[in-house]
Amino acid sequence: MSTAVATLEHHLRAARADGRRLLIPYVMAGVVPDWLDLVRGAAEAGADAIEIGLPFSDPMLDGPTVQRAAALATGRGERPRPLLDSLAGLDVGVPLVVMTYANVALTLTPERGVGGFVDHLAAVGVRGAIVPDLPLEESAEYLARASEAGVAAVLLAAPACDDERCREIARASSGFVYCMSSMRITGERADLATTARETARRLKAVTDLPVVTGFGISTVAHAVEACADADGVVVGSAFMRMLVDGAPVAEVVDAVAAFRRALSSGGG
Amino acid sequence: MSIPIITGAMRPPDATGRFGRFGGRYLPEALMPAAKAVEAAFREAWADAAFTAEYRRLLATYVGRPTPLTECARLSEVLGVRVLLKREDLAHTGSHKINNVLGQALLAQRMGKRKLIAETGAGQHGVATATAAALLGLACTVYMGRTDVRRQELNVFRMELLGAEVVPVTSANGTGTLKEATNGALRAWVNETGTAHYCVGSTMGPHPYPWMVREFQRVIGDEARAQCADRLPTAVPDVVVACVGGGSNAAGTFAGFVDTPARLVGVEAAGGSAVDKGKPGVLHGFMSHFLQDDDSQVLEAHSISAGLDYPGVGPEHVHLDSIGRAHYTSVTDEQAMRALKLITKTEGILPALESAHALAWVVDAAATGELSAGSTVLVTLSGRGDKDIHQIREHLR
Repeated sequence: MSTAVATLEHHLRAARADGRRLLIPYVMAGVVPDWLDLVRGAAEAGADAIEIGLPFSDPMLDGPTVQRAAALATGRGERPRPLLDSLAGLDVGVPLVVMTYANVALTLTPERGVGGFVDHLAAVGVRGAIVPDLPLEESAEYLARASEAGVAAVLLAAPACDDERCREIARASSGFVYCMSSMRITGERADLATTARETARRLKAVTDLPVVTGFGISTVAHAVEACADADGVVVGSAFMRMLVDGAPVAEVVDAVAAFRRALSSGGG
Repeated sequence: MSIPIITGAMRPPDATGRFGRFGGRYLPEALMPAAKAVEAAFREAWADAAFTAEYRRLLATYVGRPTPLTECARLSEVLGVRVLLKREDLAHTGSHKINNVLGQALLAQRMGKRKLIAETGAGQHGVATATAAALLGLACTVYMGRTDVRRQELNVFRMELLGAEVVPVTSANGTGTLKEATNGALRAWVNETGTAHYCVGSTMGPHPYPWMVREFQRVIGDEARAQCADRLPTAVPDVVVACVGGGSNAAGTFAGFVDTPARLVGVEAAGGSAVDKGKPGVLHGFMSHFLQDDDSQVLEAHSISAGLDYPGVGPEHVHLDSIGRAHYTSVTDEQAMRALKLITKTEGILPALESAHALAWVVDAAATGELSAGSTVLVTLSGRGDKDIHQIREHLR
């Protein structure tokens, strides 16, 4: 691989061992022309990994903000494959994790299915993948091909999962376990869901992998609160809303830095 | 007369919910427990004589089943083939949709759910769901694309009159039709899995929906099979035809004839021909064929018939096509409209624009000789055309 970054799991475990609470900002690829500057800026502002969204026409688990971000990208003519290729050679010092939907993963290279997808990720230096509509039951080939390609297949667990299901998901996941904070689609909300901390606690009880909470982490206060149980947070809509509302990339980078400061000051 | 069993097609799907390669359950983890619960409840209910008896009672006393089989004497004379219609247009609410909805509403009640969520395009499934909710005292929210809300004002009013809430779905890049409505309903289901049952309107969505909806619609095919046995010297028609959007009336019809020598024909809209022009992919929880571009983005379907305006098709249809048991074809808006006028004038039956597609294939195939003279054709008339009057008038102007 071109980048000096270690595997996703190794990188996140090392950060956690240093007492860091993990911050993973989400950036929709292609949302604005200078989106790669946001990826670089977020890394410099203290992100521990960056989740890169690939636009899909029908993002069923995303709320209005990420839907708008995807529509902005596709409206500008941005498409998954060239967006992925623009990551090649980009070394921001932290691992990149690509998030997209099953249709994109399965048809990026139609004749090669998920194998083609994870090989492409590996070829451009991406260390992990999140495909929320590939649940455990549909993931056998995906998990095997991802493992062969050296790409961490990050699985999601939801508050609806019982402890046994949490254990199965954690066992099959690599890189980290993505903890859905609530039974809601992505998007900003006033309060951190009551299910967020409880679900993270249940996951922590069954796995040593980093547990990172996402969905609805809208403020630094939510992030700090979620990290009372989780090892870190994914923050998406809060940053993407700024961009789709026209804020310059530098302003979003400042917002990432504010999350970093709050998480690093040990309590907000 | 004995009918040879020529195929084992249309059995239940395998344990992963697949018909051959197609189907499955491609859902976020948040919806997996809900989908599994629907499957478990359906398996149990469908094997429970008390449940099926209640379902059949409602079909008889509320829907008005069995629906008749109508011999089309004048149309047959014009076309030179014998045409029989399975009259789903005479079912309560005006289409076959009610068969599925009553089954799912009873299931929701059995599962202790208090609310039905549904997606709708033209509004037929929304109206049927709102009707079943009213009958059983359940709350109902129908998701409908913003464009369709505008185009189908009267159906929106009808649903509201029935006590349902209609939520217009806007998405940043969609055209506000059935695809967006389904996205909206799925997102709502994520938020309300505890209290609401998602009442999917066709043989699509994650396992068990394609199978369950087919089973709730097989009453069409089972009745037609028995009616044909009474009426025809050969017991089964030569050809069985139905229109295909998601494919529920076709699946229900084919289920009654799949083990006979009858040729099965599914007719899609030319602008929504997913079996032929779609590519394998995943949307709305299932693997099937979808109209999509080379960059993995799902396209909008385009048809004069809102009920066929869906970029995908039920997984079992792609499977039946791949094993050669059913044949799928498509007709244009113009062909459908010509067939609609013909049958209205010769038989006094105004079909839904969707059903007119099935008839258009018969008209065309009779003319080209694909249907040999004197052959017998059963067409499922999935719904009545009253809902389309406005659009038909606009088109003919």
